Amino acid sequence: MLEILKQPWPWYVSGPLIGISVPLLLVFGNKMLGISSSLRHTCAAVAPFNIQFLKYNWKSEMWNMFFVLGILIGGFVGGVLLRNDMPIDLSTQTIEDIKSMGVNSFDGLLPTDIFSWESLFTVKGFIIIVLGSFLIGFGARYAGGCTSGHAIMGISSLQWPSLVTVIFFFVGGLLMTHVIAPIIYQLF
Amino acid sequence: MKNIKYLFVGILFGTVLTKTEAVSWFRIQEMFRFQSFHMYGIIGSAIAVGMASILLLKKFNVKALNGESIVIPDKQFNKGSIIGGTIFGMGWALAGACPGPLYSLLGAGYSIIIVPILGALLGTWAYSYLRPKLPH
Repeated sequence: MLEILKQPWPWYVSGPLIGISVPLLLVFGNKMLGISSSLRHTCAAVAPFNIQFLKYNWKSEMWNMFFVLGILIGGFVGGVLLRNDMPIDLSTQTIEDIKSMGVNSFDGLLPTDIFSWESLFTVKGFIIIVLGSFLIGFGARYAGGCTSGHAIMGISSLQWPSLVTVIFFFVGGLLMTHVIAPIIYQLF
Repeated sequence: MKNIKYLFVGILFGTVLTKTEAVSWFRIQEMFRFQSFHMYGIIGSAIAVGMASILLLKKFNVKALNGESIVIPDKQFNKGSIIGGTIFGMGWALAGACPGPLYSLLGAGYSIIIVPILGALLGTWAYSYLRPKLPH
């Protein structure tokens, strides 16, 4: 059993399990699935500085902090306790494309030639790690949610603004992957 | 401790996200190149199950554990859906992760991920600060 759990989980197992979190949160306490809100609550708790958008009762949103702490612990369960040492079974075309970007480490969940402390102090590593994550935080709040809140919760509850938002997630993602990132990888 | 149940939903969510490799930079590269069905299968089937569950909850008028009726507030459309959505997508593709996977990757032992979590917090804070000046 443990050996089976350690294998990568196929999408038709994982997708429905992720979807189940939607009714679980609703039944447990009328909560909307959403992860990026936790970033706002953290800012509101730590550095509100009289900013209107950060002046609210973040303590009443503590459930969300417990939820994301769980996601972190889940990363430990999935990535350490149920660790699988095989490289990810990517399509051969993806492997070729990634290699042509100058990325060569295929062990684990992240390429260590980009995501490492040494890389952080290179121009390329800094741009990818720091600018990339800045855009995630900025864009998610500007859009009113991220993949969980819009793609899963929003579309599941048939909200057209969420569908539009997800379409623009892909506009940005495709623009980055096919136009901007190749320049970043080439320059540095 | 009334919030502990959300911790358990989070553990399920994070474990699944990690074991199905949705937290992987590699899988996000593959997704934005349309070279595998994997990520689309995950997101699509998660939506299908979420949608069916909400329909069932409504049909049978299921109440939340605290006795409240289940209410899903409407999401408001504004220019943020377009501008913010595009910005988020660029970050998702560049860093190869969205907020959930950032938490999971830290839990999986990638200590460097503390930096993108701080980066995402900084981005959130910057948006909050600039919000009155941004088009909505």
